[in-house]
Amino acid sequence: MKHRVVITGMGIVCPIGHSVEQMWEGLMAGASGVGPTTLFDASTFPTMFGAEVKDYNISGFVKNIEPHIQGGRGSLFAVGAAAQACRQARIDIETDSPADGIDRRKMGVYLGAGEGSVNNDAFFSALADSWQADKQCPDWSKWVETASVRMDAAGELEQEPSMPAAHLAVLTGARGVSRSCLTACAASTQAVGEAAMLIRSGKADVMIAGGAHSMIHPLGVTGFSRLTALSKRNDSPQTASRPFSAPRDGFVLGEGAAIVILESPESAKRRGVKILAEVLGFGSSSDAFRITDMHDQARGAVQSMELAIKDAGITRDQIDYISTHGTSTAENDSIETMAIKKVFGKLAYKIPCSSPKSQFGHLIGATGCAELITCVMAILEQTLPATMNLNDPDPELDLDYVPNKPRKARVRTAMSESFGFGGQNNVLIIRATELNPKS
Amino acid sequence: MVGRRVVVTGAGAISPLGVGAGPLWDGLMEGRCGIGPIRNFDARGFACRIAGQTPQYNIRDYVPKSHRKATKLMCRDIELAVIASKEAFASAGWITKADEGQKATLVSERTAVNFGAGFISCDLTEIAQSVGHSLTDGRFDIHKWGKEGMETLTPLWLLKYLPNMLPCHVAIIHDIQGPSNTITSGEVGSYLAFTEAAEMISRGDADTALAGGGDSRVNPLAILRPILMGRANCQSNDNPANACRPFDKNARGSVFSEGAGVLILEELEQARRRGAKTLAEVAGCGSSHSLNRDYFHLEPDGLAVRYAIESALEEAGMSAADVDLVIPCGSGILPDDAAEARGIEAALGKETRRIPVWPIKGMVGHCGAAGGSLELIAALYAIRNGRCGRAVNFQEPAQGCGLNIVKDGFEGKIDAALCCGYSFGGQTAAVILKRE
Repeated sequence: MKHRVVITGMGIVCPIGHSVEQMWEGLMAGASGVGPTTLFDASTFPTMFGAEVKDYNISGFVKNIEPHIQGGRGSLFAVGAAAQACRQARIDIETDSPADGIDRRKMGVYLGAGEGSVNNDAFFSALADSWQADKQCPDWSKWVETASVRMDAAGELEQEPSMPAAHLAVLTGARGVSRSCLTACAASTQAVGEAAMLIRSGKADVMIAGGAHSMIHPLGVTGFSRLTALSKRNDSPQTASRPFSAPRDGFVLGEGAAIVILESPESAKRRGVKILAEVLGFGSSSDAFRITDMHDQARGAVQSMELAIKDAGITRDQIDYISTHGTSTAENDSIETMAIKKVFGKLAYKIPCSSPKSQFGHLIGATGCAELITCVMAILEQTLPATMNLNDPDPELDLDYVPNKPRKARVRTAMSESFGFGGQNNVLIIRATELNPKS
Repeated sequence: MVGRRVVVTGAGAISPLGVGAGPLWDGLMEGRCGIGPIRNFDARGFACRIAGQTPQYNIRDYVPKSHRKATKLMCRDIELAVIASKEAFASAGWITKADEGQKATLVSERTAVNFGAGFISCDLTEIAQSVGHSLTDGRFDIHKWGKEGMETLTPLWLLKYLPNMLPCHVAIIHDIQGPSNTITSGEVGSYLAFTEAAEMISRGDADTALAGGGDSRVNPLAILRPILMGRANCQSNDNPANACRPFDKNARGSVFSEGAGVLILEELEQARRRGAKTLAEVAGCGSSHSLNRDYFHLEPDGLAVRYAIESALEEAGMSAADVDLVIPCGSGILPDDAAEARGIEAALGKETRRIPVWPIKGMVGHCGAAGGSLELIAALYAIRNGRCGRAVNFQEPAQGCGLNIVKDGFEGKIDAALCCGYSFGGQTAAVILKRE
């Protein structure tokens, strides 16, 4: 039998807040999480700003920090976000004898998680010290001598992308399915989608799903800079993330974690937990086009949206809001607009679609789930987050992007889109729930 | 599986035992060891100087003309996955876009790709050249890096090392337009990718899937990391053939390697309709997580291994009595092997004494996220041929290991084979393949 899938808990650590409430208040107030880069000295980089998580301390979220003390930035964000989500969904954490009625062998973790931060000092200094200009290659014996001293085991282990999930297993006692995926910017949408499929099939009763990532480090920023993917608006960082505007010049690199708790309505009812929204549909496709570019006719994006609508068992006109991938790059925003028009035809002009990345930046692996949470909030609060910094619209991009101001709206069904470098397209559809008992 | 039945119709591999799934199987049956001195870089200064390396190859021989230029964007992990994928499609009898000049039979929109991939180390020589442009008085100067150094890196540098680029290249080469996922759950990546690909077919989101993994652990960073973590054997540099000793009392750590294994999964009815040869059926998959706060190792009782196997048996509707062969992770790391042995024993109960257990890492080494894919291919061949080879380098059981490790190989009916694995971090997985 197929189970329906509902969301019963949410948690977030992002550049505009360390809780869902803070994040939402920030979105409603038009706040920006973007500022000068402080995590490393980026003063000569082509892009000197980013959307950093500020003043974050894991001890505000868990009682026992010891199992996480060596965790990388992504792991620490994940633990904070998961602790919030578990609290809301009444899942006991940090205990060997949980009393929440969940079989731990049927509770799993699925994260779209990125690699942890490199130990920069060790990484660069070992290469510098062993560099042989005449041979144009490092002296490996010298390299290993210095690297062995400067790198440490825990720091290297924490760079593995599987580690945030490991921390969540230890935090929650989850013994069921554990998976991590890394499909670039689409990772946590894919993680939530596949986790929902595990609830649907009955393979899991409860899934802790979402993403965690930080690429605000010299190699990460270098990589994106070389791809010319980042905005270089150094004179005005807070207006740099400007999806769908004519002078958009790239995305703003952010960081954070976003987690949702998925279970079946029966499980939620049995445990007496309030349902926040229902996950109706999931669509996933691959562009199979180019390493560097999205399909020029939006083939994969269209396919993933159509698959999600079909999976949800709804008609196009039932979609009230689209949370776009909306990265603020020239290519994404054009192709995504094309995709929405191809899928929705004339309806496209009537469906508001916005990009919270204009405020909290691009959280890379974590971004899909962060945006899914904004969709749940849009449904709960009947308000759409805006696309900020949209004062100079691109004439080619003529949809209703909810410019510059959040808007009250009737939102029952929302669609969240994520498209990753390399052509992974993932789309989720969620809906307001009628499943909570009448009070 | 829960929904539609899923079968394996093809396999491809590249490993220290050769290029191809056939050479892998032949090498395993001969008990040949693919581990030797590191050739890929000058490892003289490293505490561990041995590894399992694939034969030399020219990647351009394995891609269609249209993709030759893109080979410049492939790190070694990607190349390995591309090579294994080509063979897998051919062995399953699919004609794809890569077969230039022929009409493709593969149904692009209904085909998925799901690979386990490692945390890919960037090519340090390449990045060192840019570091070389960023020195002030011989020291790394980040200001110089930001201004000049980084400009010397090729613009598409980052794309060479994103783990999702394994499926991405393969999807482009063969025109795969269904779901594409990359599982980065450490060393159980390819088991979990295989599991998810089977789920996709089972629930109807794809009819065909390419599943497996590719990983190269033979580069300076990937060799150093397990040395720092105490997982690598640093005592057997003069004796590579005997270095990796799964479940053996004298195990001294794992030996790392490189490789890729790719399997073609299909919905049973489709495979029958097109007259494909069915190599095995996916009976059940399970996974779990160790809760050890020492993330380097499994919890000593191997509970997470036991749970993964029990879930796989449950999904398969089987009991331990139905299992004829176990291919474990067996990495040659004493505490982990002991924990895994305890977990397997707890899951299989009294059947433990009967069921032959065949670890293969003594021959192919530990190729990270790709390890499971080679083990699945070994299981596939074992079922078809009714035999398995010997556990190379196993002489006396390590403390806590009560498994029936095959010292001399095994011949007999193998209707169902269980593969299982674990990763640093604690993820565990099990997959059961059976005769269709």
